[in-house]
Amino acid sequence: MEVLKVSTMAECMANGETPEILFWVGCAGSFDDRAKKVTKAIVKILNHANVKFAVLGTEESCNGDPAKRAGNEFLFQMQAMNNIMVLNGYNVKKIVTGCPHCFNTLKNEYPSLGGNYEVMHHTQLLQELLNSGRIKIEGGSFKGKKITFHDPCYLGRGNGVYEAPREVIVNLDAELAEMKRSKTHGLCCGAGGAQMFKEAEKGNKEINVERTEEALALQPDVIAVGCPFCNTMMTDGVKHFNKEQSVKVLDVAELIVQANDL
Amino acid sequence: MVASIIFILLFIAGTIFFTINVRKVIRNIRLGKELDRNDQPGERLKVTTLVALGQKKMFDKPIPAILHLFLYTAFVITQIELIEIICDGISGTHRVFRPSLGGFYTFIVSFIEILSVLAFIGTIAFLSRRNLLKVPRLVKNELNGWPKLDANMILIAEFTLICFIFMMNGADEILYSRGLSHAKDLGDGTFGFAISNKIAPVLFGGLNEHALHIVERIGWWGHILMVFGFLNYLPYSKHFHIVLAFPNVYYSNLNPFGKFTNLESVTNEVKAIMDPSFTPPPANPDQPMRFGAKDVTDLTWKQLLDAYSCTECGRCTSECPANITGKLLSPRKIMMSTRDRLEDIGKNIDANGTFKEDGKSLLGDYITTEELWACTSCNACVQACPVNIDPLSIIMDMRRYIVMEQSAAPTELNGVFTNIENNGAPWQFSQADRLNWKNE
Repeated sequence: MEVLKVSTMAECMANGETPEILFWVGCAGSFDDRAKKVTKAIVKILNHANVKFAVLGTEESCNGDPAKRAGNEFLFQMQAMNNIMVLNGYNVKKIVTGCPHCFNTLKNEYPSLGGNYEVMHHTQLLQELLNSGRIKIEGGSFKGKKITFHDPCYLGRGNGVYEAPREVIVNLDAELAEMKRSKTHGLCCGAGGAQMFKEAEKGNKEINVERTEEALALQPDVIAVGCPFCNTMMTDGVKHFNKEQSVKVLDVAELIVQANDL
Repeated sequence: MVASIIFILLFIAGTIFFTINVRKVIRNIRLGKELDRNDQPGERLKVTTLVALGQKKMFDKPIPAILHLFLYTAFVITQIELIEIICDGISGTHRVFRPSLGGFYTFIVSFIEILSVLAFIGTIAFLSRRNLLKVPRLVKNELNGWPKLDANMILIAEFTLICFIFMMNGADEILYSRGLSHAKDLGDGTFGFAISNKIAPVLFGGLNEHALHIVERIGWWGHILMVFGFLNYLPYSKHFHIVLAFPNVYYSNLNPFGKFTNLESVTNEVKAIMDPSFTPPPANPDQPMRFGAKDVTDLTWKQLLDAYSCTECGRCTSECPANITGKLLSPRKIMMSTRDRLEDIGKNIDANGTFKEDGKSLLGDYITTEELWACTSCNACVQACPVNIDPLSIIMDMRRYIVMEQSAAPTELNGVFTNIENNGAPWQFSQADRLNWKNE
């Protein structure tokens, strides 16, 4: 069992410390077995780069995105206001999230409810750490490997962030292969708008199968993602095509951890 | 003289009829709820210049973009010739601008003619794409019936209009070269229009003076009658986008696509729950409070303007992940249904003075829950729309009504709501276990 160095905001406050950034883990990052690995990868990178960060731990709660996108505005605002109370209580200024849905909601939908923070998606922070030299890619395990990036809707179209994850991939000396439907034209994995939590409506194909098919056509070594829900959908898609031996679905944070053997 | 009187009467009738119909459309749009979109005029002008005037988003698909550009520029530039036709029609003159403009007149008409040839190619290509090549997004189910007929009628009308222009200019070229045109003879032997000058001898060279005058008049009257007809057809047609695209883009949502509205009525309720001392502002008695949208009158005026601005090109639907994988949802159909419902309400008001309850609503009678629940909220439709229509906001407002007013969310989602309420996560995990990953 490895022990990760993670402080909570409550602990920091008790010790009179002020972390430079709050890591908003999210529900998937806290509870989903696959997403927890990404959470740990982000933590390892933050520690490696000597970023003073903290998490809310048991004080964190769902940001409200699935409720809002499903139409339950009431529940969303209840969640939002409770979270804002906690965040403002700790005088949080800067937040990094491990999920584009948390990122979008905190960044765009919390301000008018009283929560004003500088919010980053973890791929943006990784790009920043790389650019400022706080992390370096030393190992070359992805050198020459073909990686395609699947744009999360709420990072890409939702907020216009297309380059940050790609810059990280290019830094791995990997070959970045683009799907035809990428960036503004990126095809959803099928999980957004609370679809993650319900059966798909009647159709002739699953959206994640359609999307994975497109990614696999590039014959990549890795399908890179930046969202726990895309991760699930693409992983299931790869399994659908029995390709899990040859094609890995990895979060951008995991790429850095694996390249650097953290 | 008689011709002038007929022309003036037609002109007045056409204008009045158009005004009446446009006012109805404006009245219908105003049935929507208030929304302030007057902020950031500079940014709005910029977006209008790029997206509406500059057709920026059209060029995501270069071939139809270029064909559309032919029609668009031809349409805009031809308005110059239309001004002359109106002046001639009222005063009984013939090519009234020519003596004063001279060579510049030849240049302008030649420019119009070249664009008209390109537009001619454009209409044929567009008709082929719909009827022969059957481009998938142009032959989807929701276009069966009137929408398909509407699209073809517009293209055939444009095609005919261009033919009239060349009849008018071509016959006049031959007449002029024979010294028989009613245009003032400037002693130059030919108008020198870029296209008619070349094709007229082939098409009309063998006709006598009488026949040429008839062809020229058919072209002239045909042109202006088409214009009056077209103008008055617009408010009934998807083609109204040629007018509404501009205001629709100007009043675009300037926020990031990911940012959805926070319902203020809900904020007041939530604040009242969390803080007993909070007093919500008094409700507007004219607007019954309803969470989300059941009918078009629950939508904002911008969402209704969106519906009237939609020209049913289907770029949204062709990018929609739900539609691509065979689900019932089509963002284009959401816009078409919204307009259909709004028009039905408008007709109801026309017939009864005020709206008489008809037992129908947008939700259920025009848009089904199956369509609404297929959406992944991915914003592909919003991104794809060349005139910045937002089908997603309508879908979301209707989901809000289903969930908050009808409590009719799909069962699995009700489970999600319960989990979020009780343990702060969409799954059944205890909030106390949220940091367990640290030690696993």
